[in-house]
Order: sequence, then structure tokens, then C-alpha cells
Amino acid sequence: MSDATVPIPRPTLAVWKFASCDGCQLSLLDCEDELLTLAKAVRIAHFTEMTRASTLGPYDISLVEGSITTAEDVERIKVVRANSRFLVTIGACAATGGVQALRNFAPPGEFAGMVYAHPEYLDSLDTSTPISAHVRVDYELHGCPIDREQLLEVLLAFLAGRRPVIASYSVCQECKARGTVCLLVSRAVPCLGPVTRAGCGALCPSIDRGCFGCFGPSDSANCDALATRLKGLGTSESSVARLFGTFNTAAPGFAEQAQAVRVNVAIADTRHRTPEEPRP
Amino acid sequence: MSTAINHSSSIGLDLQTIVVLTVEGLDEFVARLRALGYEVMGPTLRDGAIVPGPVNSSKDLPRGVHDLQSPGSYRVMREDDGEIFGWAVGPGSWKNEYFPPSQVMWRSEIVGDTLVFRQPDRSHALLAIVGARPCDVAALRILDHVLEEGVHRDSRYSERRDSNFIAVVECASPADTCFCASMKSGPGIDEDFDVALTELNDELGHRFIARIGSPRGADVLSSVSTRPANELDLEARALLLETASRAMSRSLPFDEVANLLARNVEHPRWLDVAERCLSCGNCTSVCPTCFCSDVHDTTDTSGAIERRRTWSSCFDLEHSYLHGGSVHESSSSRYRQWMTHKLSTWWDQFDSTGCVGCGRCIVWCPVGIDITEEVAAIAAHDQARVAVPSRPGAS
Repeated sequence: MSDATVPIPRPTLAVWKFASCDGCQLSLLDCEDELLTLAKAVRIAHFTEMTRASTLGPYDISLVEGSITTAEDVERIKVVRANSRFLVTIGACAATGGVQALRNFAPPGEFAGMVYAHPEYLDSLDTSTPISAHVRVDYELHGCPIDREQLLEVLLAFLAGRRPVIASYSVCQECKARGTVCLLVSRAVPCLGPVTRAGCGALCPSIDRGCFGCFGPSDSANCDALATRLKGLGTSESSVARLFGTFNTAAPGFAEQAQAVRVNVAIADTRHRTPEEPRP
Repeated sequence: MSTAINHSSSIGLDLQTIVVLTVEGLDEFVARLRALGYEVMGPTLRDGAIVPGPVNSSKDLPRGVHDLQSPGSYRVMREDDGEIFGWAVGPGSWKNEYFPPSQVMWRSEIVGDTLVFRQPDRSHALLAIVGARPCDVAALRILDHVLEEGVHRDSRYSERRDSNFIAVVECASPADTCFCASMKSGPGIDEDFDVALTELNDELGHRFIARIGSPRGADVLSSVSTRPANELDLEARALLLETASRAMSRSLPFDEVANLLARNVEHPRWLDVAERCLSCGNCTSVCPTCFCSDVHDTTDTSGAIERRRTWSSCFDLEHSYLHGGSVHESSSSRYRQWMTHKLSTWWDQFDSTGCVGCGRCIVWCPVGIDITEEVAAIAAHDQARVAVPSRPGAS
């Protein structure tokens, strides 16, 4: 290398928040050991969880957290897209609408009425939708929250101009690779591992909890067959629905399982509630 | 790199000798292997299942532990019988020890102006397995043929495999899901071991018949307290194996299944099984002969590269991905690929079956899909026997 070499400008990284809890963005700050190395490889241009300093776009890579829940967000994501060379969504909210997409399956305002004393102050859409429903997305990272190793892998792949090494098969294969004994087969514990996308390293089953499906459906999830099996093992219909209807309640595959029962449960709820009973 | 242990077979036992050892003798046997420098592994009870684990003495083995297995279900229970090998195989197979789920092939880094390639340290303790089952050993023989005896020899597999010591234990307690007798890989075994043990627990006492399969086996056994086997011991072994064979309710038609599947690639059962199949890949993970792998390169910010080989499953969409898409898009085509390879095209490719009848794929399938039941369903409506009127010669 000669002294005359001009340094190549570092690619710029921006992090954007939509309807979300910030947990996925914080995964970037959780990359403690790699953060300084990463900061030398990219220039962090916009990341309000880290600094109020912000640089104008366009940006080489944008990480987008959260789902679209307001009319304002519908417009803002278009601006982010227009100013980003690569747009990578991070987390279940951005990929499938998140837990807040429960409202997609309820009458407009029903959930807001349960939560807020004055829901009339809210100005939000009746649905929570994934980023990909509004703009072109270059890559989706799943999970609630995302796995920080996967986040690093996507950034490193981007920097090297290669495809990220990220699996779309089931959590079961991660359980088997690490030698975790199957909770479903050995103890009939309800587990979404067989239909959930790998990426967490099969974390929950390794600490004796069935998979909650926070990474959403695997590439060829057969949710009907698993739901039938779980019910056959004695898991109640409403528990099966709750299992499918949490972090990725609107994800295709999960939504059908959650929705099938939600209707029945709602009907049962209505029967138990007198018209005078105040909302909780 | 590992080197084989120098066994000196100067004392006593020859290959034809059959001896009997007690539980204390089994401890001496394990101790002798450890003294020779082997890392001894065997069946251990962990998290409610019998899985491969480290064995320092017979106390680490699953004494008094038995199992209850059925499609999609596995339970262990304890009894006071003191039996050490009174169980059928659990989820972990010995494949993992020779062909691990993930391994680094090489790493490269930039040093000055040069790209330097480095292999990870491949030295490891020599492996001795005490308590492999005959079906496990049959599976390793199949893997040997695939990974060692082809054009592209897998040196990582060979290093571990060629220096290992195998003490197989014949199977007296097949699970409801076992069908090794029909696959000719159990419950007894006559070759491919260093020592073969048979656990007997009758009025003559708790003891192990030991047969010798190699000079190494003779060497290890010759430093263990034994007595010669007598007629009663041998009769008890014969009865035990016969009873175990008869206890197996499941079977596959060994001589017919390859052709049966080959002529039924369009059978409606493939669509039926796809309704139930989760495409989760548990069957391929627990199968002791599934050997598909994937190779990936990853990079870091310094320009270093790591190449890693990981297990891959034919139930993954990615497995059959070629330019533009996956060949096996539907789960019916993926299940068919798996089962026809295991039972039919394995013969074309490797001149053997790919299934040893261990039943792991039946038990550890979360929805309990049963390979023997699927074959039976196809056989019951063999499409080749259905007359096709437009075809000349069809009757």
C-alpha cells in the first residue's frame, strides 16, 4: 500500500423506529465486544438510542424497527426507503406487525378502549402492518427481539457484499444440533419449534420452555398439523391460539391458528359479560 | 492429528474366546480403556432421555432406567432391576461424534499482504464407545461407506472413526418403535466391533457375555476379571436375542421396499403424508445415517473468512435450492425425497439400505409420522399393480 491511498469512505448506517419497544435497536448496542470494530467499518449516521447527532441521508444501510400503525408512519417509511440503499427490517414488529397486530383481528378501537382512559386522543390506524406491506424490503431479520449475532452477520455480509448466512428452517434443527432433548416428544410441552424459524439457537427449549414462536413461521411451516397435534396432546384450544397469536399474530400461517380460536373465545367472552359491566 | 493406541495383545484371549464379566468387571473394562488414553462415552441419562455422554464408570450408565417409546412420544422410567442396558436408543445417535452438527473447515486471515489459511486444531482424544447398540454400529458402517470409502474421503470423519474403540451391547429391550430385526441390523451383532457385550440378568446373576471382535478388544478384555462363558450363558444369550426379535411389532419388507418405492413415486400417499409432515427436519437430525451437509463462508471486518460445514436437511427449502428456486418446493416432494433415498435410491448410490430400523424418526417426529406405516400404506395400494388400460401389456 502506498501513502497516497485515499481512504474509502465508510458506509453510513441509520436506525429508524416505528411502532416498537426499541428492544431490537438495543441489540445493536448489545454487540459490546464488536461495537467498536463495527463503528470503524460503518459510520453511524442516525441512531437516536445512541446519539442525538444525526446526519442527513441518503444512507447506505437502514435498519428499520417497528410496524406501521399511523398515517404519518405510512409516509415516513417511504422517505426512509427513498433515502436508503439497503433497507433491513429488524424484529417481529417490522416483519409481521408484532404483538400490536392483535388489533387487526378485533373491532376498531376495541383494544385502545381497554388500555387508554381517553382513546379519543389517539390518532392511529386500525391495523398494524409490516414494513414490507408498504415499501420494498431488502432483508428481514426476525425475532422478538432479534438475535444480535444475526444482526452482526447481516451487517458483515453487507460490508463484504455477500449473502447473509441465516437459516429459514425450523428451531428443531437448532435444538438437535445443541443436543436439547425435545420437550414436545419427551414431556408433551406445547412448543412452536417445529414451525418457527431458527435463529435464536433454540434458546427457550434449552432452558426448559417451549418455543413461543417469536421468530415467526419457518420457510415451510405446517401450522395446521402442529396445532392438531398440540390439541391431541391435551393443550386447550385457547392455549394453542395464544401460542400462535402473540409475537407474530398476523404472520401468515400463525394468524390462521390464532384467528380460528379467537372468534370462539370472543363469543364465549361476550356470553360471560353483562352489558353493564365496565371495561377492565 | 490423533494416533492409534498401541495395543499389545500378548496375553491370553484370542478372537474366538467368549468370556463373562460382572458389573465390577464392566468397571474394570471402562477403567482399562481410560488408562489406555481413550475418552470413554456411552449412554447417559440427561434431561429425561438416554443420550450419549461421558462415562467414567458404570455409575454414569443408565442403571435401572427403561423407556417407553411410541410415535411422537418418549418417556423414561426407573425400576429396581439394576439393568444397565435395559433400554432402546434415545434421540442422540453416535453420528454426532464423527460428523458433528457444525464444524469449522478452515479460517483465513490477512497477515501483512498475504492471505493465510489455517485449519482448526484437529487433535482430539481417542474415542471409546461403551454401549452402542447393534443398530448404531450398522449405521456407522453405512456412514463409513458414504464418508470414507467414496471418491471424496472425509478426513475429519476418518480421523475420529478409524481410531475408535467400539464396545457394542446387544439389545434385549427393543422399543415399540424398533424394527432392526427386519432391517438385518439387530438385535444381535456378529461383526464390526472391538467387543460385543450381552447383558444377562437372570437367576445365574447380573453379568455380561463378552465376545471379541478385534485384537484391540482382546487386549482390553485380557486385563479385566472374567471367566469363560458356559453353555448356560450362551443359551441365555440366544433366548434373549430371539425374544427381542419377536418383541418387535414393526417391520419393513427389506427385500421389497426399494422396488416398491421406486415404482410408486406418484402414489397419493405422498400427498397424504404432506398434510401431516411439519417439514421440521427432526427425522433427519436424529437419523444415524443422514449425512447431508452445507458449507458456508462468513467474514468479519478485518477481512478474515471462516468456512464452516453444518448439517443440512432435505426437509429444508434451502436444501434443494438451485439458481432461481428450490427443486423440492412441496413438503410431499421433500418427504418423498427423504424416504425414497433412505430405502430405495440408497441401494443405487451405495449398494445398501440407508435405514437400520432404529425407529428414531418415528419417535422424535413431533407428529409421530411412522416410516413403517407409510411404507405399508404404499404397499397396500401398489400403483404398479393397478392396471393402466391404455398401456400395452397391462393386465
